Amino acid sequence: MYRIRLHGRGGQGIKTASRILGTALFRAGFEVQDAPRYGAERRGAPIFAYVRADDKAICERGVIHRPDLVMVADDTLLDLTSANVLEGLSGSTALLINSNRSALHWCQRLQLPGPVTVLDGGAIGARAGRVPAGAVCVGAAARLLGVVSRQALLTAVAEELAGHGAAAVEASRQAVLQAYDQFSSEAGLVQRLQVAATPTAAAPPGWIELANEALPQAAATITAPATSRQVATGLWRTRRPQIDRQRCSRCGLCLNLCPEGCIDLDEDGFPVIDYRYCKGCLLCAAQCPRKAIRICEERAVQTEKPEGGES
Amino acid sequence: MTRILLTGNAAAAWGARLAAVDYVPAFPITPQTEIIETLAEWIDGGVMDSRLVTLESEHSMLTAAGAAAVTGVRVFTATSSQGLLYGMEMLYNLAGWRAPLVLVNVSRGLSAPITLEPDHNDVLAARDSGFLQIHCATCQEVLDNVLLAYRLAEDSRVRLPVIVNLDGFYLSFTREPVEIPDPVAVADFLPPFADLGQHFRGGQPSSQAVAVLGGGPYSYFRYQVHLAAEQAAAVYADLGRQFERHFGRLYQAVEAYRCDDAELVLVMIGSFATKAKVAVDRLREAGQKVGLVRPLLLRPFPVAELRRLLGQRKGVAVIDQNLSPGRGGILHAELAEALYGLAKGGPLLASFVGGLGGRDIAEEEFLQIVEVLSQAVQRGSAPPPRLLFTADELQQVRRLQDIAHGSREGDDAS
Ligand code: SF4
Ligand code: SF4
Repeated sequence: MYRIRLHGRGGQGIKTASRILGTALFRAGFEVQDAPRYGAERRGAPIFAYVRADDKAICERGVIHRPDLVMVADDTLLDLTSANVLEGLSGSTALLINSNRSALHWCQRLQLPGPVTVLDGGAIGARAGRVPAGAVCVGAAARLLGVVSRQALLTAVAEELAGHGAAAVEASRQAVLQAYDQFSSEAGLVQRLQVAATPTAAAPPGWIELANEALPQAAATITAPATSRQVATGLWRTRRPQIDRQRCSRCGLCLNLCPEGCIDLDEDGFPVIDYRYCKGCLLCAAQCPRKAIRICEERAVQTEKPEGGES
Repeated sequence: MTRILLTGNAAAAWGARLAAVDYVPAFPITPQTEIIETLAEWIDGGVMDSRLVTLESEHSMLTAAGAAAVTGVRVFTATSSQGLLYGMEMLYNLAGWRAPLVLVNVSRGLSAPITLEPDHNDVLAARDSGFLQIHCATCQEVLDNVLLAYRLAEDSRVRLPVIVNLDGFYLSFTREPVEIPDPVAVADFLPPFADLGQHFRGGQPSSQAVAVLGGGPYSYFRYQVHLAAEQAAAVYADLGRQFERHFGRLYQAVEAYRCDDAELVLVMIGSFATKAKVAVDRLREAGQKVGLVRPLLLRPFPVAELRRLLGQRKGVAVIDQNLSPGRGGILHAELAEALYGLAKGGPLLASFVGGLGGRDIAEEEFLQIVEVLSQAVQRGSAPPPRLLFTADELQQVRRLQDIAHGSREGDDAS
């Protein structure tokens, strides 16, 4: 069985990517199971999906903990412990990273036992016309498996994007194919080696006895104030709003509209954004009557100064 | 006949489409909403000739569903979790009205604390309502059993509403290959709705849901629901064989997997049962005589089948994805009662509660369950009930508690 996990951020088309891969494998004659992991359906928040493919009906279910291939559509996730991207990687797990850094860089930085490949999907996606990262990467992922033909892949793209219009299908086909062709020398890198537990080798699960505990412990109650401050929603941001003080009229509209309440006024009455919590929804920029809020790619800002990312 | 990848939700919608339902009262709730969205799209696009109406609550939705069914049309509706409980009053009513409709429930754990992920406490809360219950393990079973459910509900010997249950996430949002039956074959298997005198017509008024006092009449009518539900076991068996003749897939009240010579047997319902099959295969490869028994029908409870399949085993482990506080696993209690009074005492019964609120059950845990059962059989006494819960999970809870009560800062929670 192939066990594949796909990671990215909300908005990068990870669910679509898993469906393209699932359909392509199904077209290639495999039994398939694919699913997104919902829960964090917020733009920019880490999300993942998974695909299983086998020669016979698939009885396994749920999240894949021992993958054969892990696809990472956004390399900033590799720094985010809570995204759990590297869970269950072994010496035979292939890792595919969408990054403009080299495979060597990631090998050294992550110290992983298995093969690491890198796709500069940003460039491909941009050339094809703003194709989401997930859809680009899936072309490379399909090639790494070595069992998906160009035709099966293209059919899958057309099927899964049918609702998005002919232009989107064409752009994605181009991007997917480019990634697919670029990985021709890596075809078949992914091995179906990962096996689930065996009766003899399985470690016992470590169950424990629960005791009857007292309240407030035993009820799902929050007694501490403002615990939501501990959720660093700034980590979801892929694009960053920046206030242009030359244009800003200090009307305060953005402050009132921000759903995270992370805009404050300084002594002079200018809005200041707290990037620890700004989730990058860009509502403020859309609503500012003076067009005084610029939008920059988070990645570009962070390479200048790492503030606002994970510390 | 086409075989395509479908989520459990899409499979349920396909079932309703192929059954050519007339009326779909709807109310959205995660993880069910995709079903009514799909149907709405089809109806809007003209590929399905049906009326979909969104109501203001599940209570109204079920009232509309029941009322429509007893006026003589085929009705489909769907809900989940809190929604099912919000409509609970009407579940009993619809059974009493003998309204032959199909309700798909997408299982999701109940509040509080709130969750989106599945367990079976929602659907089991409807256990005593008079609705029949079919529990599915795959997306294919969802589609097929919506069709079977209409035959069952509308059968003159039964005439009761049916719940078809699928697990949230593990089926609702998971795509698997599903064979979509040929509409012509479906029309042959499932003829148009026959009202059997249950209808409203101008100039021909009838009263539904009348009051009865004194207890005697009430006992009669309520027991009629019970007798019809019991009868549904034989009808489902018959329909399952008919279905196989039409579509090549056999459905029975209970699935027995690798049970022929099994000494130890796992019992569970729903989609996690396919995970149990993986463990059974693994143990079989290692030479252990292990099998799986999975009831599809929960109401009527297939007592005779379960006694036949389990009565001679050495040990049976019931894995409940539900919890009745103060009692334990519901399926375990039902099975213990079903196996009571067997000539040779019956198998040793062990109770495991796991998979609450969508918690996964790892393959290692299935293996360990069999190990615990096997040791209990050797010892000759049942182990204490076991919650599948690990030291790591407790640590995770402790971290949350510390944050909730202010004794610790969170990590990079996202
Ligand atoms: S809405 Fe625009 S103009 Fe008004 S305070 Fe915000 S940035 Fe300044
Ligand atoms: S993008 Fe603007 S509105 Fe959205 S969270 Fe950030 S500051 Fe608030």
